[in-house]
Amino acid sequence: MLHIANGRVYDPANGVDGKVRDIYVANGKIVKDSPPNARRIDAKGMVIMPGGVDMHCHIAGPKVNLARKLQPEDHRHDVHPRTAFTRSGVGGTVPSTFATGYRYALLGYTTAMEAAVPPIGARHTLEEFHDTPVIDKGFYIVMGNNVLLYKLLEKGRREEFRNALAWWLTATKAYTAKLVNPGGDEAWKGRRNANITKLGDKIESFELTPQQVIAALIEAVDELGLPHPAHIHCNNLGHSGNYATTLETMRIAEGHRAHIAHIQFHSYGEVPGKSSHNPTSKAKDIADYVNTHPNISADVGQVMFGKSTIMTADAPLAYMLARFVGGKWVNSDTEHESGCGILPFAYQDKVYTHALQWAIGLELFLLSKDPWRMVFSTDHPNGGSFMSYPRLIRLLMDREYRKEEMGKINQKALKQTALADGLDREYTLQEIAIVTRAGPARLLGLANKGHLGPGADADITIYDENEDKERMFATPRHVIKDGQMIIENHEFREEHQGRLLHVAPEYDPKIEEVIRPFFDDYYSIRFNNYAVDDSHLGPHEIIPTIKPRSTAKGRSKG
Amino acid sequence: MSDNTRIINDATCTFCGCVCDDMHLTVDLDAHKITKAENACVLGRAWFKEHGIDEKRPFALIEGREASTDEAIESAAQILAKARFPLIYGLSDTTCEAQRQAVAIADMIGANLDTTTSVCHGPSGMAFEGVGESTATLGEIRNRADLLVFWGGNPAESHPRLFTRYTVTAKGMYTPQGKKDRTVVLVDVRRSPSVAVADIFVQVKPQRDFEVLWALRALVKGRRVDPAIEQVTGVSLATLEDLVQRMKNCRFGALLFGMGLTMTRGRHFNSGALLALATDLNEYTHFVAKPVRGHGNVTGADNVVSWQTGFPFGVNLGRGYPRFNPGEFTSSDVLGRGEADAALIIAADPAANFSHAAIEHLKRIPVIVLDPKLTHTTKIARVAITTATYGISVPGTVYRMDDVAINLRAALPSPYPSDEHVLTRIKERVRELIGGNRVPAMGAA
Repeated sequence: MLHIANGRVYDPANGVDGKVRDIYVANGKIVKDSPPNARRIDAKGMVIMPGGVDMHCHIAGPKVNLARKLQPEDHRHDVHPRTAFTRSGVGGTVPSTFATGYRYALLGYTTAMEAAVPPIGARHTLEEFHDTPVIDKGFYIVMGNNVLLYKLLEKGRREEFRNALAWWLTATKAYTAKLVNPGGDEAWKGRRNANITKLGDKIESFELTPQQVIAALIEAVDELGLPHPAHIHCNNLGHSGNYATTLETMRIAEGHRAHIAHIQFHSYGEVPGKSSHNPTSKAKDIADYVNTHPNISADVGQVMFGKSTIMTADAPLAYMLARFVGGKWVNSDTEHESGCGILPFAYQDKVYTHALQWAIGLELFLLSKDPWRMVFSTDHPNGGSFMSYPRLIRLLMDREYRKEEMGKINQKALKQTALADGLDREYTLQEIAIVTRAGPARLLGLANKGHLGPGADADITIYDENEDKERMFATPRHVIKDGQMIIENHEFREEHQGRLLHVAPEYDPKIEEVIRPFFDDYYSIRFNNYAVDDSHLGPHEIIPTIKPRSTAKGRSKG
Repeated sequence: MSDNTRIINDATCTFCGCVCDDMHLTVDLDAHKITKAENACVLGRAWFKEHGIDEKRPFALIEGREASTDEAIESAAQILAKARFPLIYGLSDTTCEAQRQAVAIADMIGANLDTTTSVCHGPSGMAFEGVGESTATLGEIRNRADLLVFWGGNPAESHPRLFTRYTVTAKGMYTPQGKKDRTVVLVDVRRSPSVAVADIFVQVKPQRDFEVLWALRALVKGRRVDPAIEQVTGVSLATLEDLVQRMKNCRFGALLFGMGLTMTRGRHFNSGALLALATDLNEYTHFVAKPVRGHGNVTGADNVVSWQTGFPFGVNLGRGYPRFNPGEFTSSDVLGRGEADAALIIAADPAANFSHAAIEHLKRIPVIVLDPKLTHTTKIARVAITTATYGISVPGTVYRMDDVAINLRAALPSPYPSDEHVLTRIKERVRELIGGNRVPAMGAA
């Protein structure tokens, strides 16, 4: 029982913008009135927000653990010592599981979604989640290169396609379907490391195009009524001129919900260069499209200068980068489900492309007219570590600081962007509250998160007000998770496990008779051993499906 | 055999790193035995049949005297709570659930933590950190690989179903005729029984794998190789050139390598050369590499230790956070230098295979062992706790050699507790004794 008194509350979902309000907590939830015997916390001079919600990061599962193992050099300089009751670990761009949970909490984040897990890696991901403390978490399964789904779609078996998708989500305890470079894996694995670049091209070994795969998955997810739509990593990530592919993908989604992941990496134009085409900014075209299409949402995928780790199911992309960098590289193929590439990386402010990427991310933030649909991410650890979130917040809120930083980067790149034309918007605290918690929670369909109204989960972050917004957001004074004071005066007071957030859409059980023979013929693991059973779950919460919307309308339109 | 039987389908064999999950077990409930293990290889059949429940084994031994599990847990906790440089080792033949508890204990008391990886594919782990790895799940290899190169191993005897279920004769989506759709190469220092499946056998002089691998890398990159390579390695330049052509021209190639590379001259240089060769070949075609892992859940140990500490093996937690240094914090080295003052060994038998100096040190310090069977290490242990066998009597999670997590189905009820149960109770008791995690004073000299 808590009574948080006199704090300035930023709760955009409930229209509270910096008003001094008291917040009451009982039994892990926000309540309307002061509960009896509540502990009083004086928050005078402090800012209160719902706990942060990261809707796109890479924190657990097969590829994350490979990336951890790959880089002892990234851990050694950033150790995370144990305390009398918290576990030790290491940091760097791919922290150990305990350090991941604690460090998210130390930044005031209480929910994070792992954005790309091959379904066969679900059990592994859940195991790591058990060792990722404090935060609630879920994961998206990669389905955009799924061979069985391709076979069903190829034959026009749409109903079975949808049922198989629902079976997979339920069997793995996932949150939604992710698409990564749809159609690319078959060319990568089957045609000497090739890729697919046009959405209308035929996918290797199938009578199918990426266009059809994207449309079918967007539609099926909507029909199932998942709380979060299809989560899409578009084709041609990182390539000059890819904004056209991004626009094409968004157009395919017309009439349906769709979320475009790390959209910064998909907003590049091109001009002829000496040896190849150089990227330019098409942030304005992309921002315009998102601004005017309420069915679309996106997270930015901001690039932050310094060390990062590229880890992606987009294997051809990782290979291309590995050849640029020339260092160590991991490729990991997952049967019938996914590819994967990993490499250490660093963004440098003097490198044209990196500076351009940094600037495009900021452009997208500053040109966005609806913070509820263009939300915060660095695609951790691809664009940069989640530990850089406070600095990114300062870049958005503090025009002078941003100008200083702009002065340090490759000026040729800067001139390509609207930043050079005096784009001097500053985010307000309310807008920061939207892009870092209220917005992602709403996009995820998490009705009890991202706000402080009665009935919400009591996930609360309390910051000392500070002119330096980086410092303010790096060091919340108190962090409350499910009503428990986990961090008090910057120190851990209690251990907390957090829970799994997942969906369980209904499906026709007859679909198992379609899936089972495919497993018998082509998988290396038995069908009966594939689904994650409930004993593996630990604390969890099923987020209900919603009434399918706009599907019929979308169809009649098409 | 009685009529009181039970059938368990799709059970998992944890004998080797193949972790085949298609066992159909017949359990004789009266005789407490698994009488039939359909689909098992010769090793798997022995594994299931020889792990009947032997109720004659004492629950525990403390200094050679029979004791209860409770008494043994108390003794173990007292030893660990007093130790200043405890060593925790083993972990490759138990569940991930037990491994997680073992790492938790290590973190609480500031132990040196290591697994049997340090004496098998540890060098491959180090090579991975150096050059990365292009790899794949076994199903991917089965469905796609038209060229298989086995190097430094004898799967026919060590991992029989690696050939039949996952690679050579297995039929897949793009390899519908199994072996007919693949070329199989075996590279080894001797003609092992695995030669029988190979289309091409390349015999390398002992200790010369690195030179062969490096010459292959040079040829892949179009560099000239001196024909004198044959005198050094026993392999002619023509053979190497032929092999390179096959590797560059296949559609999906796979290099599967064993301890013949990692535990002979060159060690992590050998693994590194092989991983780099697979990476280089991706300029021309799709190519993957895969260490063939031995113990049933050694891959799980790598994964658990990595996600909890950031490093795969050879981790020291004495300073309050994980430090990684193979050669220093690997168990045979720690013991060989006479450093640890207590040891907790889970599902491993270092007294059978460590160096003489290391074993002598083990004999000097209090050793706690968890093992279903009598081993060389239980014989020298201060506290030996009998635990139930994973995959036979204990359910849980294990990782196949390709990092795929697989469920275990318990077939035989056992009177003995699981490793996880014992470790959890030791952890809780040590926590009581030392009052929470041991936190070293910062900045102390």
